[in-house]
Amino acid sequence: MLNTVPERAARVRRVLGSWDAVMLIALVVVAVVGALTIDGVASPRFWRFVTLEAIPIALIALPMTLIVITGEIDLSVASVLGLTCTVMGQLWVTGVTSLPALIAVSLLLGAALGAVNGLFVTGFGLPSLAVTIGTLALYRGLAYVVLGDRAVADYPVAWTTSAIKPLPGSTIPWVILVVAALAIVFGTVLHRTPIGRGLYAMGNNAEAARFAGVNVRLTKFWLFVVSGAMSALAGVFWTLRFASARADNGTGLELAVVAAVLLGGVSIFGGRGALLGVLAAVALLGVLRNGLQLAYVPANTLTVITGSLLIASVVGPNVAGMLRERLRRRRVNAPTVSPTTFKPRSPAAIDERNLT
Amino acid sequence: MRAGTTWVRLLAMTAVAALAVATAACAEETPGPATTGGAPGAMKAGLKIAFLPKQVNNPYFTTSDNGGKAAVEEFKGSYSETGPSEASPSAQVSYINTLSQQKTDVIVVSANDKNAICGALNEARQAGAKVVTFDSDTNPTCRDLFINQATAEGIAKVQIKLIAEAVGAEGGEIAILSATANATNQNSWIEMMKTELAKPENAKLKLVDTVYGDDQDQKSFTETQALLAKHPNLKGIISPTTVGVAAAARYLSGSSFKGKVQLTGLGTPNQMRAFVKDGTVKAFALWNPADLGYLAAYAGGALASGLITGKEGDKFKAGKLGDFTVGKDATVLLGDPFTFNAANIEQFNF
Repeated sequence: MLNTVPERAARVRRVLGSWDAVMLIALVVVAVVGALTIDGVASPRFWRFVTLEAIPIALIALPMTLIVITGEIDLSVASVLGLTCTVMGQLWVTGVTSLPALIAVSLLLGAALGAVNGLFVTGFGLPSLAVTIGTLALYRGLAYVVLGDRAVADYPVAWTTSAIKPLPGSTIPWVILVVAALAIVFGTVLHRTPIGRGLYAMGNNAEAARFAGVNVRLTKFWLFVVSGAMSALAGVFWTLRFASARADNGTGLELAVVAAVLLGGVSIFGGRGALLGVLAAVALLGVLRNGLQLAYVPANTLTVITGSLLIASVVGPNVAGMLRERLRRRRVNAPTVSPTTFKPRSPAAIDERNLT
Repeated sequence: MRAGTTWVRLLAMTAVAALAVATAACAEETPGPATTGGAPGAMKAGLKIAFLPKQVNNPYFTTSDNGGKAAVEEFKGSYSETGPSEASPSAQVSYINTLSQQKTDVIVVSANDKNAICGALNEARQAGAKVVTFDSDTNPTCRDLFINQATAEGIAKVQIKLIAEAVGAEGGEIAILSATANATNQNSWIEMMKTELAKPENAKLKLVDTVYGDDQDQKSFTETQALLAKHPNLKGIISPTTVGVAAAARYLSGSSFKGKVQLTGLGTPNQMRAFVKDGTVKAFALWNPADLGYLAAYAGGALASGLITGKEGDKFKAGKLGDFTVGKDATVLLGDPFTFNAANIEQFNF
């Protein structure tokens, strides 16, 4: 109901000022600058490679966004991916030759592994950081129990090529449609339903959320289950894309996911963030990494750049907030400033970052 | 937090601008396009040859890649080394894709997974690159040539020769300290060693035990200790694994067995230097990674120049290493393992 011009202007300003917009603009700027200055970024092959690399990260980042918004974290995701890969590989070796069956078993396994996380976090009230660091090691260890240092790689070529088949008339793999559909589901739940509002509420204040009638425990439990299932889905894609199930598949991927979620504007303390920003951040990190790689930037420098970007995204808002606060206090104390030039922020204004 | 958005926006824009500048600056360093030339039957000049090790910052690969660099400079190509900072197949795939987009003529790669990088390598080959694997092979269908550092037979022969020399003419009991009990490489070498020991010239050497240190330093150390307690007449130990031989040497050098029980194996000069100097180990073996990289670069150059196609019987010249012939399954053998001793160990750093 934006009828008046000032309201509309305020709305436009709010959207442009949101972190999501910052990420989207950064993505476009990096892509355009890259295409103009680096040989190869403008080519369709570049975007195919970026997409292939981003798909597993995006799949896991979807539930991770919701989990971090509730103030929790799931660091076991890459190990769930690895364990799923090995179990899928072992089942194939032992004679399960139906791809739908393999996918179904993988998703169930992932959900079960996620349920273990959820049970420890919600049932025993343990911090998710500690629990999922534990299962990060545990699940990876189990993956080595299943396959050891073997690799299962003799999948039918039809399977492995179908996983990376491009959309007709393009170079972009079709799996991006699966990611897009799931993103719409997650985005709708987070931003358009009472469940989503509940997630923000428990991230801001779990106690208050409970009093407001949100079932904190049950919601968080299911979030971990979904996280496990999505990691397993990423594992299926991983196995088919690389045509190789190994116990060390996806090692360290949890850091890429968390990096994208935080850079995407989700507060590590919970209660704040949006899915669009996270997806833009996944793409931004992918384009940046592949682009710089094409520009002959060595791996060590790449790690430094990604790390700095992450630090900036976490520290930036806090430092900015502190500076702003100091500036405001000085203005309040200064007698020369007339009351009309300083308007205290309304609670609604403080809240608006959560909702955009 | 609303109060912070302006600042956040500023910070983000600055970061993006800085990155954009950095990106642009880096792009200027891109080497120029390859120029062709030279007489027929000779290496093309200006070939873009890229080394993609299992991981960068690894002394072994730094040595092999520098060998490759020396070779590429000899035949006037343009050399580059790139790769992930962690030894993972997926990270390697990303670099293969990048090299392919950069229109690299030859990708010289040590595979982190023989299957997982196959798709990317074949895509790069379709785009015109030649692929040479070294150190660690992929499926033969995904590369043009594999440069094999040593055969199981060559390794077994040199191990038995070194322990026979160290123990002396009288011979005696020897034992093997291996990696894990189901390590494919080690087991095939041990089988070959047994064949060697059955020969009449090695009749005085008697293999009494094989133990497993699981390629863990502590376990290898205590297994060595147990081995010596169990076999008081033991004269020599062979440890065909870099972790095992270093751990065994550390135990021996600090014990009363030093100089009395001989040790050899497959080791790296940096790990073994101290023990060669203090007399615990007389000699040990490994291939020379610098020669491996050198040969791989020449093989890649010959492929990209159209001098060879990679079929069995193809011959090419690899600079100072001389002439090589492509063997079965498109592999080229570097030669016998290299023996390191007190006289030459100072020349190596890996």
